[in-house]
Amino acid sequence: MGYASPGVLVDTDWVASHLDDPNVRIVEVDVDTSSYDQGHIPGAVGWNWTTQLCDTVVRDVTPPAELAALLGGSGIAPDTTIVLYGDNNNWFAAWAFWQLEMYGHDDVRIMDGGRAKWVAEGRPLATDTPSHEAASYPVPEPDLTVRSFLPEVQKAVDGGRTGLVDVRSPAEFTGEILAPPGLPETCQRGGHIPGAANIPWGKAVNEDGTFRSADELRALYEGAGITPDRPVITYCRIGERSSHSWFVLKHLLGYEDVRNYDGSWTEWGNLVGAAVER
Amino acid sequence: MSTLTPEDLADRTMDLAGWRVRVRSYRLGDTYFCTVDNIDPGARIARGMGPTREDAEDLAVGRALNRLAATRRRVV
Repeated sequence: MGYASPGVLVDTDWVASHLDDPNVRIVEVDVDTSSYDQGHIPGAVGWNWTTQLCDTVVRDVTPPAELAALLGGSGIAPDTTIVLYGDNNNWFAAWAFWQLEMYGHDDVRIMDGGRAKWVAEGRPLATDTPSHEAASYPVPEPDLTVRSFLPEVQKAVDGGRTGLVDVRSPAEFTGEILAPPGLPETCQRGGHIPGAANIPWGKAVNEDGTFRSADELRALYEGAGITPDRPVITYCRIGERSSHSWFVLKHLLGYEDVRNYDGSWTEWGNLVGAAVER
Repeated sequence: MSTLTPEDLADRTMDLAGWRVRVRSYRLGDTYFCTVDNIDPGARIARGMGPTREDAEDLAVGRALNRLAATRRRVV
């Protein structure tokens, strides 16, 4: 059996054959925001997750008006096909995908394998920033059914059917480390949300960064008790790795009710009095 | 639009400050680019660039070493 929504993934060949397609806008979103300047897919625009894919004052996703301006300024209209890719196996490409779905953009896709696969295949890179004619993009209303806030997570901990998926590494899950090695610690306590299953995001991808087959993914999640018949909440440290797993569950496996808790461990692990398991 | 093709790709793993890391590099035009990621969970820690692979790697690995050395393990 294949992916539930195969259209949300494109491969590098597809992207290479659509570089000049005016209905397609390719967007690079990296963890390392300087990667884009080191060479990107020709014609791709670059979005900075630290300034353009969040509210820079309040901790929140991109405000609607700012997202509309970002899209319009990137030459993206509501009927444009957006293809996202990035470093770290598409962590922040998935973060952008999640927000674009929340804001109702109709056609968003991810390039399977991300930036690393494009480079590994020796495909061309450009260093100049493309100029795309600005488009008109109406200010969207967010659909919050793909997003989870703290009260819903607390409710899931207190009982009920919701499955919690911690997609961080085992060492973060157990509290041995507070952040991925080499990255700054951003919470007061280590461990995980009580009752969560640890299914690291990386188990969903192959060595070359492409997603595993639907059968492999199904076995991965269902084997850990995360089944499609109940609601699921994914989380990580700041919400980007968990948007990658959210994408897998929602679009590749077709789980109906999957939400990304973008507050993630940097919210839960800093809460006074919150229960923590190790 | 001018484009270049990444060439001379290299990919290896090594231990750095007690952590397993992946070091990747390639040449684009006259410049070598190098990135170091922590494998688990796969986050990029540092990058470097220079006229030779050695220059780019030395820079990236040195930066990664400083960052990794600051990562504390706790007894759980």
